[in-house]
Amino acid sequence: MIQFILNNKDISTNLPPGMVLLDFVRYHQHLTGTKVGCNEGDCGACTLLVGELVNNELQYRSLTSCLTPLGNVHGKHVVTIEGLNMDGLNPIQQAMYDESATQCGFCTPGFVVSLAGFCLSDKTATTQNAIAAIDGNICRCTGYKSIERAAGKVAQVMQARQSAEPTVFVSENHILPAWFAGIKQRLHLLQTELNGQLQPTSATEWVGGGTDVYVQKHDTLKDASIKFLFDDARLKGITQQGNRCIIGASATVTNLSESPVMQQYFPHLANYIKLVSSTPIRNIATVGGNLINASPIGDLTIFLLALDATLIFSNGGESRTLPLRQLYKGYKTLDKQPDEQLESISFELPGDNTVFNFEKVSKRTNLDIASVNSAICLTMQGNSIEDVRIAAGGIAPVPKLLDKTNTFLKGQPLSDATIDQAIAIAQTDISPISDARGTADYKRLLLGQLIKAHFLTVTANALR
Amino acid sequence: MKNIDAYTHVRGESIYLDDIPLIQGTLFGASFGSPVAHGTITHLDVSEAAALPGVVRIITHKDITGENQIGGIVPDEPLLADHEVHFCGMPVAFVVADSVDAARAAVKKIKVTIESLPVITDPREAQALGELIVPARTFQLGDTESSWQQCTHIFEGRADTNGQEHLYIETQGAYAVPQEHNAIKIYSSTQGPTAVQRAVSRVLGLPMHLVEVEVNRLGGGFGGKEDQANTWAALCALAAYLVKKPVKYSLHRMEDMAMTGKRHPYSADFKIGLNDDLKIVAYEVTFYQNAGAAADLSPAVLERTLFHCTNSYYIPNVKATAYSCRTHLPPNTAFRGFGGPQGMFMIESAITKAAEALGIDASVIQEKNLLQTGDEFPYGQKAQSEAPECWHKAIALYDFASMHKEVEAFNAANKWFKKGLACMPVCFGISFTKTLMNQARSLVHVYTDGSVAITTGAVEMGQGVNTKILQVAAQVFSIQPDKIKIHTTNTFKIANTSPSAASATADLNGKATLMACTAIAGRLKKMIAEELNVAMEAVALQDEYVWVNGQKTDRDWKSLVMAGHVKRIGLSEHAHYATPEIHFDATKEKGHPFAYHVYGTALVGVTVDCIRGTYTMDTVKVVHDFGASMNTAVDLGQIEGGIVQGIGWMTMEEVVYDANGRLRSNALSTYKVPDIYAVPKEIAIEFLQTPHDNLAIFRSKAVGEPPLMYGIGAYFALRKAVRAFNKNGHFPFDAPMTPEKVLMALYTTQKEGSIHAHEETINHLAVDK
Repeated sequence: MIQFILNNKDISTNLPPGMVLLDFVRYHQHLTGTKVGCNEGDCGACTLLVGELVNNELQYRSLTSCLTPLGNVHGKHVVTIEGLNMDGLNPIQQAMYDESATQCGFCTPGFVVSLAGFCLSDKTATTQNAIAAIDGNICRCTGYKSIERAAGKVAQVMQARQSAEPTVFVSENHILPAWFAGIKQRLHLLQTELNGQLQPTSATEWVGGGTDVYVQKHDTLKDASIKFLFDDARLKGITQQGNRCIIGASATVTNLSESPVMQQYFPHLANYIKLVSSTPIRNIATVGGNLINASPIGDLTIFLLALDATLIFSNGGESRTLPLRQLYKGYKTLDKQPDEQLESISFELPGDNTVFNFEKVSKRTNLDIASVNSAICLTMQGNSIEDVRIAAGGIAPVPKLLDKTNTFLKGQPLSDATIDQAIAIAQTDISPISDARGTADYKRLLLGQLIKAHFLTVTANALR
Repeated sequence: MKNIDAYTHVRGESIYLDDIPLIQGTLFGASFGSPVAHGTITHLDVSEAAALPGVVRIITHKDITGENQIGGIVPDEPLLADHEVHFCGMPVAFVVADSVDAARAAVKKIKVTIESLPVITDPREAQALGELIVPARTFQLGDTESSWQQCTHIFEGRADTNGQEHLYIETQGAYAVPQEHNAIKIYSSTQGPTAVQRAVSRVLGLPMHLVEVEVNRLGGGFGGKEDQANTWAALCALAAYLVKKPVKYSLHRMEDMAMTGKRHPYSADFKIGLNDDLKIVAYEVTFYQNAGAAADLSPAVLERTLFHCTNSYYIPNVKATAYSCRTHLPPNTAFRGFGGPQGMFMIESAITKAAEALGIDASVIQEKNLLQTGDEFPYGQKAQSEAPECWHKAIALYDFASMHKEVEAFNAANKWFKKGLACMPVCFGISFTKTLMNQARSLVHVYTDGSVAITTGAVEMGQGVNTKILQVAAQVFSIQPDKIKIHTTNTFKIANTSPSAASATADLNGKATLMACTAIAGRLKKMIAEELNVAMEAVALQDEYVWVNGQKTDRDWKSLVMAGHVKRIGLSEHAHYATPEIHFDATKEKGHPFAYHVYGTALVGVTVDCIRGTYTMDTVKVVHDFGASMNTAVDLGQIEGGIVQGIGWMTMEEVVYDANGRLRSNALSTYKVPDIYAVPKEIAIEFLQTPHDNLAIFRSKAVGEPPLMYGIGAYFALRKAVRAFNKNGHFPFDAPMTPEKVLMALYTTQKEGSIHAHEETINHLAVDK
């Protein structure tokens, strides 16, 4: 039995926990404001909000309901466009209306829901942040300029919030329905009542955030027996222990970007994360999922390879430690037993002489999958390279460290000649293929350019 | 006035096809598409699929009660493949089951054996083999042959544009409900209700008066639902007719992308000659249109390519030939611009090729050759040109000279970033080029409480046509908009409609509505005139009251209507409008096919990151010929949206088929349209309020398609930025200018480099679905 609050209504359902939330709200609750656009998290027409208690704070996140199983909203608050409607238009809807930010209207509920997510967050009320909240919503009609203007107005509405709790502010100021003020209490009660887990004993499938498995195996997962990893408290959290950072396997990309540790040691983290999918996907996609998915172009995989991360697996009894660089045996094949579960990832935080950079080029800069991505972790001693790890994706069947290149670079002086030579050697590290993301020739050229970009960027950053 | 649908849109209360409450007993369809692009079906086995729980029936071509044919212009397209398949995704069987999941599961169990036949994906190859959809067409003005000797500069070249996926966010779909007396009602997400009615009638073997097609609204169309909604409607209708149950089919995105056609890719050879003064003396162009496996609307698209092959320029000697080439891709179809953009891209490429060779800015040639009023188009119509006005206003208003200088200064100062700036004038003809389609009807009822209901042939798909039609009625009756309701588009209420297309929907249906409302208002005014014994001209309707001789009376709209009813005056009208003046003789390829033209000029600025090959759209500054806009909110939205869609076509949107004709860019993860971060930082739009009378509704010129072509400027701006970095590089005119093509061009030094994205294998693709 799955229980949650849907808008202002308590839900208890015996429907399969593997069913996606989108199907549940549209075809079982007949809330048709949430639209089906792409079924793979790439358009945002099905965006919903999910609220949950985190450290006694009510925290709302947007997500793509086409990729979210019911099991991942157990004990939470789900908000659809219908849950945002009041008498007349709310200020978000009014802004969209006034700016003519809707044409065919099919994507519109998704935009309104995403903007409501901005209003329910503790983000500073800037236009830039409001626009960031809709970075996962595709509109084919307007050209977005009118939506940008509407987002600006929504940001203005939120400027008065100051330090007030978002849920309280939006309900008191008639931005969202008044009943939002009571949700926190209701979630407390619900959690006390549930006081248990939703874990079948004989699961055949494991699901974290669902952002990849629900694209690949949508049809089979619906009725499968699923172990839900997303809300497993033991797999959450990003902490610092000594000079190492420990990331729980179910930490989301959003958790990563908001982590004080990560922000401290990676001053340009926000720029990198902006290149990784979109807000609603980052809210549910897990770090562990990105690694285990074994995509040759997983952004966080490349990021963590350059940091020489270490993985801890558990089969329920024993634990095993494995360097990430040894995980990938071939295309989508892993050094991992079927009963082993990734528990955490750790890596050494960069020291004073170590710099890091992440590069990604795709057809569309944001919300796209890389043609080639690459990360560098570079430790300098004076003008010579003491240690370096360059990792790259999209250039081989697996995401990988460029071993020959890295070996060559160690001990070299940092010069244009060194970089040119490294780029030439990198060509022997890789075996790209032509596919929808680019020809092999392009990927070869691009990797070289990204290596050049790494050095130009770290040098420029060092000068600042 | 805001779009009348905006209120329910922002609340999620607008009803689209998939939102219609289901009738009990509704079954669900899913189609099985051919796994190969070309071959002969030797065996089709549906037994395993049919045995699955929930499967009600599996329909093949043998079950068709009428004719297995949905081709509109040319009867060359079976609904369900019989013995041959012509493209990957061509429907072979249609599963009907009691749930969507059951239908889709069954599709996966259908087995087909197909003997493969050679696959053609390249239109030039098709043309060489004589695989043409219709005979070649040639437009001619003057004589190019004898003109070359007058030219100081002659350049030849080739240019290519790729296709474009419509990516309406609402996928295709239909819901068919059997009615009594063998009739059938079909809810369809279509731009062409009559096209659906005709296709269903033909496939089922039912007369058209038994086929009711109803359209509430579309979640985007862009041309993709002009002809290609027919397939799904016909499949659902056939199934519903056979099993006597309602049948619904709302396509999965990947089915939609794989099974439907797109904007036509074109390849072209051009030759352009200029005199000492940089006047274009002669232009020859040969177009190879990639039509796909069936005609669909390709012959009409081809025609518009020819109509727009000289864009905004006057060229005294033109010879333009176009081939519609049959390949084994899904039949390509209408897409905003309808062949016009491809024609314009080629002439802009020719001009740019000349400018690059001569070492001058393309804008110098563009400006010298702009159409003047009275100039003749290659198809014989004389221009009422606003091209120079738009151009000169844009150049002055936005200070093109300063923009140009800033770009040069930036490029001199920056090694790794380069800017490019291009001008893109646009001239687009308004009217269906098939003259008979330029007619429309409107049915207006005034009820005795003063409320007004209107039905027209127009389909609302976000373009705001219903808002404009409502404005027409509100203006004629001089009543508040909330007294008027625009009803669904329905073939039982309005017959023989033209599709909502060609930017002409508001003009045609608005004019018909204007006529209907004027007729009713006229009868009411006549009644008052007789009653008060004044001249009819002395009676006016204003602000919901009757005015006589400029004086407000105490008779309000509601009591006027009631009085009319009491006097047995007709309060309903069904009006018919046909665009006057237009004609075209296809045997001579001459005539006056367009009611009017829309003009404009855009200045497009970009910045290229020369290390990564990525780029940003900095600015698009436009002067656009609105005539006299009747709804600026709607019209500005059309322009901004059109520009971004055009930029998408020219930059990141890349339709990739492999050599076997299989779509590789088959999902939103592999086909990218602009997101909010990809759009120009600035879009400025200035109105050119043109004083001339025209055939537009209330002189408010059509605005749907023309702005898309401003986006073409993005390609040429990117090209300039790349050439600022790589002065010696040569690279082909080949759109879209993806980051891949930009990077390759930045670092190419070959004389005639050929940079084509292609595909070897997909095995390593991260989302290999």
